[in-house]
Amino acid sequence: MRTISYIEAINEAMREEMQRDENVFVLGEDVGKKGGVFRATDGLYDEFGEDRVLDTPLAESAIAGVAVGAAMYGMKPIAEMQFADFILPAVNQIISEAAKMRYRSNNDWSCPLVVRAPFGGGVHGGLYHSQSVEAIFANQPGLKIVVPSNPADAKGLLKAAIRDPDPVLYFEHKKAYRLLKGEVPNEDYVVPIGKADVKRSGEDLTVITYGLMVDQTLKVAEELQEEQDISVHVLDLRTIYPLDQEAIIEAARKTGKVLLITEDNKEGSIIGEVAAIVAEHCLFDLDAPIKRLAAPDAPSMPYAQSLEKDFMVTPDQIEAAIVELAAF
Amino acid sequence: MTVSHKEANLTDQQALDIYFSMLRARRVDERLWLLNRSGKIPFVISCQGQEAAQIGAAYALDLTKDYLAPYYRDLGVVLEAGMTIQDVMLNAFAKAEDPNSGGRQMQAHWGQRKNRILSGSSPVTTQVVHAAGVALAGRMKRDDFYTFVSLGEGSSNQGDFHEGLNFIGVHQLPVITFVENNQYAISTPYDRQVASATVAQRATSYNMPGEVVDGTDPIATYIAVKKARESGRPALIEALCQRLTPHSSDDDHRIYRTTEELEDDKQKDGLHHYEQYLVEQGLLTEELKAEMEATLKREINEATTYAEQAPYGSVEDNLRYVYAEGEKL
Repeated sequence: MRTISYIEAINEAMREEMQRDENVFVLGEDVGKKGGVFRATDGLYDEFGEDRVLDTPLAESAIAGVAVGAAMYGMKPIAEMQFADFILPAVNQIISEAAKMRYRSNNDWSCPLVVRAPFGGGVHGGLYHSQSVEAIFANQPGLKIVVPSNPADAKGLLKAAIRDPDPVLYFEHKKAYRLLKGEVPNEDYVVPIGKADVKRSGEDLTVITYGLMVDQTLKVAEELQEEQDISVHVLDLRTIYPLDQEAIIEAARKTGKVLLITEDNKEGSIIGEVAAIVAEHCLFDLDAPIKRLAAPDAPSMPYAQSLEKDFMVTPDQIEAAIVELAAF
Repeated sequence: MTVSHKEANLTDQQALDIYFSMLRARRVDERLWLLNRSGKIPFVISCQGQEAAQIGAAYALDLTKDYLAPYYRDLGVVLEAGMTIQDVMLNAFAKAEDPNSGGRQMQAHWGQRKNRILSGSSPVTTQVVHAAGVALAGRMKRDDFYTFVSLGEGSSNQGDFHEGLNFIGVHQLPVITFVENNQYAISTPYDRQVASATVAQRATSYNMPGEVVDGTDPIATYIAVKKARESGRPALIEALCQRLTPHSSDDDHRIYRTTEELEDDKQKDGLHHYEQYLVEQGLLTEELKAEMEATLKREINEATTYAEQAPYGSVEDNLRYVYAEGEKL
């Protein structure tokens, strides 16, 4: 095992998959010489050349659509959106084309591509460099959506996404890039898509979340265990579409109290669907109403530091929500 | 024909083959309308008035290896590329054996991997960036082929047209973008759709040649596409055609077009003019024409009967292929 950062894990996954399979290539804005605005593709241009680490025109629909065409030809493109906020011009290509390709052609054509997009707030990015846009795509059968919460998952999920025969959206939390460090295996491995993961076993209540909120929840849970003897069970969704229903049901039943957390706006978010799954399957196992903690239903977080902080889900809010639910 | 088939280095037989392909597309299309109007198929969208452009272009390609990203009017193109009349009828009747989609998509949403026809959708012009991706991938693999992508003039206003052609131009990819300008985007005429005098002149912005051709003349279209294909560079070709039918079986073009205009379009019908040309050249005799018509009638009848009697996809399979089945990481 080695300890690396979340962004190093992403970089390693791409490098190893490009070494492993000559059909894998990266395209996006400034991914080449510069190595990406966050340097996620750092070093790949030097190792694999300009054809396999392709700087594209500033046009997101073309980035996604060219990837669709290349994937139909048999390549395994990794299309980078510079920020998840800028994926919207590519939505038609992702939803109308990539997601439906296999189904609409009755399995004649397929579209094995990965779209990587840095999402999430807390980096002074203002309205358009902070959003969580995953819910836009999370009712589109044909797509798979993954969100890693630590370096090991980041690497294993990206490798799985690249090897997947269908289109995968890979949302990576930009605040996690250098904030999160962790151990990753030395050998080649994948983290299976479609499987949630118990990140902490506990008895009193269950938190189900994903992305950067996992790390925040784990820290809060540790403190609460020591300070207030509250035992928190934490399920990391990892794949947010399609959801791992079995794991969600099992985690909810284990404690009978469920707190759902997302940093996305509350209404219409991923956790609403998780709540529906719990409500459908676990009503008589619950000891308290399902509780949700999310960002407010305002368009996106402001740029000013104090206002951004006010908008975001914080460790204090997580702690308060857990304590309240534990006492129910 | 402004240039004869001989001047275009086409043999007499090739000139006749082009005619047969045009006639085949027209007769299949006409049958589709009959089937729609008699309540047997729910929808039809037409190629009538664009056969000369479609067959002239397809004839200039290497259909043993070129990739095609057609749009919904390209019945002539897909038939030339190897889709059979029976396939087209299975598609129209939305039956399980439809190679385009197994009855999942509406009529004329073409796609057939074995003939390198990319699967298309209903939002228009998304295929232009796919063509760029196929061509880019082909270059990366050092494979030698052209990609042919077609669309209507109204569609050329979509962002994907600009994003796709700019990408193709930046990388000088071997892609022929073929705009079949039939003067109408449903009911909206050219001058309300496109600001420039021609679509082809937009090519300047994409660092590729742009050319307007008479899309009612299969030989002129053939020459333009052949030249583009031999250039090794991208090209934007605009073929001026007429739309001889309403937009689709759900449209009535008499609401927005005058009787005189519709009559005038009929006079410009490329199929008719090319037929006259072949008669004048002494190539097309009454007997030969009758033979072609009889062959097509038989094939279309057989295909129609087969498709009508073929089973629909089973409901058991209705939810299959959302994701890959049985493929491992």
